[in-house]
Amino acid sequence: MGEIVFSGVTKRYGNTVAVDHVTLTVFDGELLVLLGPSGCGKTTLLRLVAGLEDLDEGEISIGGKIVNDVEPKDRDIAMVFQSYALYPHLTVAKNIEFPLRQRGIPHDERQRRVQDVMSRVGIAELAGRKPGQLSGGQRQRVALARAIVRDPQAFLMDEPLSNLDAALRVQTRADIVSLQQRLETTTLYVTHDQVEAMTMGHRIAVVNHGEIQQVSPPQDAYDRPANTFVAGFLGSPGMNLLPAALGEQGPDAGVPSLVVSGGTIPLTPELGAVARTAARFKAGVRPESLSVDPDGSLEASVVIVEALGAEALVICELPDHTQVVVRQDADRHRPGIGETLRIRVDPVGVHLFDAETGLRIEDR
Amino acid sequence: MAPAEVGSRRVARRSRRLREAGLGYLLVLPALSVFGVFVFYPFFRNFKLALYQSPPYPGLPSHYVGLHQVGQVLTSSNFLQSLVTTFLFVVLVVPAGLLVGLFLAVVAHRKLRGIAAYRVIFSSTVVTSVAVSALVFYSLMNPVVGLLPWLGISPHPPVLESTTWALPAVAIMAVWQFIGLSFIIMSAGLQSISEEVLEAARVDGASNWTVFWRVTVPLLSPTLFFGVVVATIYAFQTFGQIDILIGYQNAAYEHVNVLVYNIYTTLVYGENSGRAAVMSIALFLITLVLTLLQLRFIERRVQYAR
Repeated sequence: MGEIVFSGVTKRYGNTVAVDHVTLTVFDGELLVLLGPSGCGKTTLLRLVAGLEDLDEGEISIGGKIVNDVEPKDRDIAMVFQSYALYPHLTVAKNIEFPLRQRGIPHDERQRRVQDVMSRVGIAELAGRKPGQLSGGQRQRVALARAIVRDPQAFLMDEPLSNLDAALRVQTRADIVSLQQRLETTTLYVTHDQVEAMTMGHRIAVVNHGEIQQVSPPQDAYDRPANTFVAGFLGSPGMNLLPAALGEQGPDAGVPSLVVSGGTIPLTPELGAVARTAARFKAGVRPESLSVDPDGSLEASVVIVEALGAEALVICELPDHTQVVVRQDADRHRPGIGETLRIRVDPVGVHLFDAETGLRIEDR
Repeated sequence: MAPAEVGSRRVARRSRRLREAGLGYLLVLPALSVFGVFVFYPFFRNFKLALYQSPPYPGLPSHYVGLHQVGQVLTSSNFLQSLVTTFLFVVLVVPAGLLVGLFLAVVAHRKLRGIAAYRVIFSSTVVTSVAVSALVFYSLMNPVVGLLPWLGISPHPPVLESTTWALPAVAIMAVWQFIGLSFIIMSAGLQSISEEVLEAARVDGASNWTVFWRVTVPLLSPTLFFGVVVATIYAFQTFGQIDILIGYQNAAYEHVNVLVYNIYTTLVYGENSGRAAVMSIALFLITLVLTLLQLRFIERRVQYAR
C-alpha cells in the first residue's frame, strides 16, 4: 500500500506540453479519479506513474520512494488498460499467473492465488479459455483479476469501462468500487465520463490542458467549482456561464444584483458583499437553479426543447446570443420554439467567477 | 402481368447475364493466354517429358519409357546428393536469414528520428538484382582483390573453389539477399502486436528480455512460421547466385549442385530433358507440400487475431 505523489511533474512531446507542472497526492488507500476531456493529459499522468513514459521535470514517488528512474517492472504497480491488453496466446489462468511468475513466486502459491482471484471476480469457469474466446465483459474481469492477483502498492486504471455496454458498465463500476474498498489499495482511475467520476472517486482531480484544475470530493467540485472550466465540464449539461457586470446601486440600495444581457441576476447578501470588489464577472448558474416564470428577471427566446422523460431541457438564447439551459420537470408547460419567455434565477444557485482568470470568487 | 410479358423479361435478363459473362471472359483472356503459354503449357509439357528417355547421344530421337526412369532418377546418387546439398543449403540459409531479419526488425521497430532511412536500407536487398549482388559478392570473395586477402587471409583453394567453403559462401550471399524480405515480414509481424500488451507485460514485472521471449515471440509465431515457409521456398529456388558465383566449370560444382541448379545443368549441359523433367516434378512436389503447410499456418494466424 502506498501513496502516489506528483511534484512539479511536466511532460512534453516536442513542443506540446502534455502535463504541465502537476502537483498532486493520491493518499494511501484512496480512489482518486482523473477526469477530463480527451487529450487533456490524464492518461499521460497515469502512464508516467506506470513508468511507460519518462517525465521531463519534477518527481513522482510511490509509497515514499522516488521512481523517476525505476523501470515499470520494479514499480510494484498494476495497470488495467482500456483495451485490457490481455496476452492473446495465454489462457485466462496463465494471463492472471503472468505477473506472479515474473516475481518468482513458487508454483503452489501461484496456483492458489490465481484460483482465489478468479473465484473472487467470478471467472473461475473461464480458466482454460483464451482471451479471443471471451466477451468484452469477461475480458475486463480477467484484466481486473490480473491486476489484483499481485497485491501491488497501487492500481492504475485507464478508462477500464469505456469498452463495455451501458448496463455492464454500471454493474462493473459498482464491482470495482467494492473491490477497491475491500482491498484498500491506492487507485488512480482515469476517465472522461463524469458519472463514473462522481460515483466512484473518493476525490476527483479535474484535468485540462495538462493542468490540474481542481482536486476535491466529487460533490464539492460540483457544488463549488474552482473555475469556469470545472463549472462547464461537470454536470450534464454544464453550468450556464454569462458575462455579467455589477448593477447600478443607489446609496440606499439593498442587495446588489448583476446586469446581464436580457435582464438581471439577483445575488444573496453574502455574494453581493464580495461582488462589490470587482466590476465584471462571469456569472454561473446551473440549469436546475433556473425556472421559467412570468415574473423572472431574465428575458430569453427559446431555441430548442429537449425532452428527456422525467425532465426537459429548455435551451434559450439571451439577446447577446449567449445560450442558457433551463432544466424543468416534464409535467410543466413546455414552451414552443421561438417563444419569448422570462427566466427566474435562484440567488442561492449563483456562482461568481473572475471575468479574466475564470477563477471562482468565494462568497465566504 | 401477361405471361408473355414475364417470359420476354426473363429472356432479356438471361441475355444480359450472358453478355456480362462474355465480357468477363474477354477481359480475362489476355492474362490467361500469357499464363497459358509461359506457365500452364510448360507445366503440363514437363509431365510428358518425364515419360520420355533422352538418347545417350544428342540428335537421336527420345523414346517413351513411361514411369520407368522416374525411380531410376530419384534413386540415382546424383539426385540424392543434390537433395542432400539442397537441404544443407536450406539449413544454412533459412534460420540465419530469418534471425538476421528479425534482429534488424526489432532494432528498427522504435520511434526514433531518421529510423525510416534504416528501414529503407534494411529492406533494400529485396529490390537488388541477383546478378548485381552476385557480382559484388564475387569481387568480395575474389582470392586476389577480395575481402579475405585484404584481411591477410589467403585460403587455398580459394573460397569459391573450395569443396568445403563454396556452399557456405553461396549461403552467405543468399542470406544477405533474403534479409530484405525477412526484415519486411518480421516488421509487419511486429507491427501487428498490440503496443498495450507489451506495456502490460512490462508493468506486470517482465524484463525486456522476458517480454521479448514470453510475449513478442509467441505473438510473432504465425509470422515466424510464415517466414520459415517463404525462406525455405526461397532457398530451394536459389539459382542465380550459384550460377554466377560458382558455375558449371568450377571445381566445387559438385558440392553446390542444389536441385534447381542440377535441373538446369542436366538440361543445358547434359542435354537430358527426361531426367531434368523428373527432377523438376520432384522439386515441384516438395514446394507444393511447403505451400500447403503455409496455408495451414495462415489459418492459424487468423485465429490469433482478436
